[in-house]
Amino acid sequence: MTLDVLYFAWLRERIGLPRERVETDAATVADLVAELTAREDRYAVAFQDLKALRVAVDQELTDFDAPLGTAREVAFFPPMTGG
Amino acid sequence: MDIRVQAEPFDAGAELNRFAARRGDSGAVVTFSGLVRDDGGLHHMEIEHYPGMTAKALTEIAERAQARWDLRDVLVIHRHGKLRPGEQIMMVATASAHRAAAFAAADFLMDYLKSRAPFWKKEVTGDGAEWVAAKDTDEAALDRW
Repeated sequence: MTLDVLYFAWLRERIGLPRERVETDAATVADLVAELTAREDRYAVAFQDLKALRVAVDQELTDFDAPLGTAREVAFFPPMTGG
Repeated sequence: MDIRVQAEPFDAGAELNRFAARRGDSGAVVTFSGLVRDDGGLHHMEIEHYPGMTAKALTEIAERAQARWDLRDVLVIHRHGKLRPGEQIMMVATASAHRAAAFAAADFLMDYLKSRAPFWKKEVTGDGAEWVAAKDTDEAALDRW
C-alpha cells in the first residue's frame, strides 16, 4: 500500500523532511517504524525512543501497535504542546 | 460552537463580547487566554501544527466538553506561526446557565488542548532555538477528568 508519512517538530528536523510517500506492506505502526529505521541512520536516531513519540493514523491519535489496515496517512510527532 | 485555527492575531476583548452576545440564555461566560511568556531572552515563539488534524482534534475536545457539561456555547481560537512575547496564542470561552459548568469546562478544555491538540512550540532566543518539552504534569492533569 501507499502511505503518506508525516513528521512534525523535532522529528521533522531530525529526519529532514516534513512528509514522504512510502510503499509498504507493514501491518502495524510498529512494523512501519521498523521499516523506516532500517533505511538510514537518521530514521534510527529519530525513532530511538518510541516512548518520546506519538502517532496518529488518518489524523486520529493511536498506539504504536495499532493496525494500519486501509490507512492513507500516518503522522509521527513528539508529545504535543498546545495551549 | 466556534473553532478557529489561524496565523492571524485576534482581539480577545472583541471575541469575548461577540461570544457573550451569541446566546441570550447564558448566565455565565468564562474565558481563558494564553500569552507568549518571556522568561528572559525570548525573541519569538514558533508554533507548528498538523493542518489536517488540528481543527478536527479541537472540535472533538469541544464536543467532549459539551457532552459532559450543560454548555450553551464553546469558543476555541488557537494560533500558529511566529508569535512575539506578549502576543495572544489562544483563547477558550465557555458559556453556560451558571458559572460552575463554565469554569469546569474551560479548565477541561485547557487540559486537553495542552496535550491532545497537535501543536508544537519552539522558543527562539539569541542563543538558538529549542522545542518546548511536554511536562509530565500536563499529561497527569488529564487524569482529573
